Amino acid sequence: MGLVLNEDQLMLKEAAAGFLADKASIAELRRLRDEGNEVGYCKEVWQEMAGMGWSGVSIGEEFGGLGYGYTGLGIILEQMGRNLSNAPLQASILVGATIIERMASAKQKGDLLPRLAAGEITVSLALQEGNHHLPNHTGLSGELTDNGYVLTGKKVFVVDAHVADKFLVVARTSGTPGDEGGLSLFLVDSDAVGITRERVIMMDSHNSGLVSFEGVKVGVEALLGEPDEAYSPLVSCLDIANIGIAAELLGLSQGAYDRTLHYLKERQQFGEPIGSFQALQHRAAEMYTELELARSIVLKALLAVDAGEDSIASLASACKAKMCAVASLVTNEAIQMHGGIGMTDEFDIGFFIKRARVLQQLFGGYSYHLNRFAALNGY
Amino acid sequence: MNNLEQFRQEVAIWLESNCPEAMRTPMKDEGDAYWGGRNPEMNHPDQKVWADRMGERGWTAPEWPAEYGGGGLSKDQAKILREEMRRIGARSPLESFGISMLGPALLKYGSEEQKREHIPKIVKGQIRWCQGYSEPDAGSDLASLKTRAEDQGDHYLVNGQKVWTSYADKADWIFCLVRTDASGTKHDGISFLLFDMASKGVEVRPIKLISGRSPFCETFFDDVIVPKENLIGEEGRGWSIAKYLLTHEREMISGQGLSSSGVRLGQVAIDSIGCDANGQLNDTFLRHDVAQLELDELVFGATMQRVSDETKAGQGLGEAASIFKYYGTELNKRRWEIMMAVVGENALGWEGETNNDGETARTWLRTKGNSIEGGTSEVQLNVIAKRVLGLPS
Repeated sequence: MGLVLNEDQLMLKEAAAGFLADKASIAELRRLRDEGNEVGYCKEVWQEMAGMGWSGVSIGEEFGGLGYGYTGLGIILEQMGRNLSNAPLQASILVGATIIERMASAKQKGDLLPRLAAGEITVSLALQEGNHHLPNHTGLSGELTDNGYVLTGKKVFVVDAHVADKFLVVARTSGTPGDEGGLSLFLVDSDAVGITRERVIMMDSHNSGLVSFEGVKVGVEALLGEPDEAYSPLVSCLDIANIGIAAELLGLSQGAYDRTLHYLKERQQFGEPIGSFQALQHRAAEMYTELELARSIVLKALLAVDAGEDSIASLASACKAKMCAVASLVTNEAIQMHGGIGMTDEFDIGFFIKRARVLQQLFGGYSYHLNRFAALNGY
Repeated sequence: MNNLEQFRQEVAIWLESNCPEAMRTPMKDEGDAYWGGRNPEMNHPDQKVWADRMGERGWTAPEWPAEYGGGGLSKDQAKILREEMRRIGARSPLESFGISMLGPALLKYGSEEQKREHIPKIVKGQIRWCQGYSEPDAGSDLASLKTRAEDQGDHYLVNGQKVWTSYADKADWIFCLVRTDASGTKHDGISFLLFDMASKGVEVRPIKLISGRSPFCETFFDDVIVPKENLIGEEGRGWSIAKYLLTHEREMISGQGLSSSGVRLGQVAIDSIGCDANGQLNDTFLRHDVAQLELDELVFGATMQRVSDETKAGQGLGEAASIFKYYGTELNKRRWEIMMAVVGENALGWEGETNNDGETARTWLRTKGNSIEGGTSEVQLNVIAKRVLGLPS
């Protein structure tokens, strides 16, 4: 398997770059933020993306998707990162459709995936409960009753919770927080009785939400996969999710770097472009180096998912950890090298560092994944 | 079965019957590397047997044209050869600056006669080469070199001094940068000469390094006669050849960033330090260093593969290759710095059997040179900043 994009993938990349720069740019994100838009992303743009098949890019053709796999999805996510585009591709497709495709029954898939692929509905994963990503510490209870289950508890960091149509809820049906066993996954309508949602506008002008479940009654048909056995398949899905998020971070970092390099060539001080100073040249070369390295591990990981490789856990954690480190480096340097203007809201570069930190945290940051990488490698 | 699969089978069969058992064990020290030449040195006679057999097939230089003794293999075939060698744990048959540095430059800039004369002997390991580049006052500023070659009609008369001439004391021939014209800018007037180290007027003095070993030498030239036919390319245009060769030198050095021995640092750490009840290394902070290093080795390996695959597919200009020398050598230095901490007390030994004559410490010290030789890390960052990023001077 070569570490290289094929012709179709290159065309997709070009199409995504063109469309997103035009329709879902930073200017658009700024507009949505400044007008206090109720959704937080532009539904019309999302429908256009769906119309081009992008919402179904990774979904199998038998469910109405394009069947371009995760490399295809990663290509679009990378361009979204570069433009800081806001659309439910990550929450609903990368995370949501992946979980459904890998954990749901044939009937559930037949019901849900075609609608996700068409962009008709959106889903969002309700997993995290504390300040950190610790999936086995899930405590939201799913109590078995004669008619199904009753869900009680609170979730945080549920992306686009205020507008999602359905939640994928991770609940504890046995055991205690900290156990890997005893977790189950439910699909619940976001307007079910007993659910309250509180929109949280995050620093990156994207949205997450606090979701409370107060005695939410669901039938057994709401279960995805086996009861008590959700942890392992869920974590495998999160590996894929983290690889996709790394692709978005890659585009974001590349975007911040490109703008910074341009600024180094334009900005004059002491009568010459600041990019002529060796102190900045070496740091720019360092950023370029790290970006090229990150690009390789993201591509390797995406291709490994599509190749159906058995164990991508170590690779996924390596990919996320590296990308987190590189995104930190590049976005911090981007602000520093822009100097005073980089501190202003009016200038776009600040949008990059804010979006980066949100993506880094989502499903585990640098330390979480480096620790996991070490553990998976036997130490 | 396609052609490549058939090729793989043929390679496997050939290796099985031609790679001696002793050459399927990991190298333990420098003497296990075979460099060939007129007076080859070796720890084991099979080193020469293995190199001769591979050289005869041209597989010491798999992708070089068969008409000059090379393997004539495609990139894909060469990859299969490497994979099959790795599969049986076969050692690299021949270490050679002729293969890693001079050969590519000769194939590009040499005349037909020069190629026919020198390439086959490089492939077969019959002549061991050294590199006459650096001088006492021309290190990073290589183009300011002063070693002179005066035109004497049918020959040049070479006078001057080189330094950091790796293995000059063991080499048979030298490829050497000399100044044939001092009137223009420093990059003009440099020529690329080949000559026999046995020539009258060549004197070599090994330099003892911090590792206690002497891989580098000072090399003095006093009225050395070099025939005109030993000039590569045009007189005064040697700088382009020098730079082209440097790209190959840097590739070779950056390859050290990948743990070629196949021993994972993480495994060395587990064996040396042990793990606690949770299976975590008994040194929390060192565990972090080891994990970071192994992560970056994985990422670097993927990058070398990606850039190679993209170049093969005709995508991009392979500009990312500019990071290999810088990153690979810094990575290798980091690896050995952590290795010292991981091995602990035993890594401090310098002499005697228990510490294998200080192999760990000496290797660690040797890696410090990786980010100096072939263009320092700082020079590499300059190159990336100016040529790839297009930042102004």
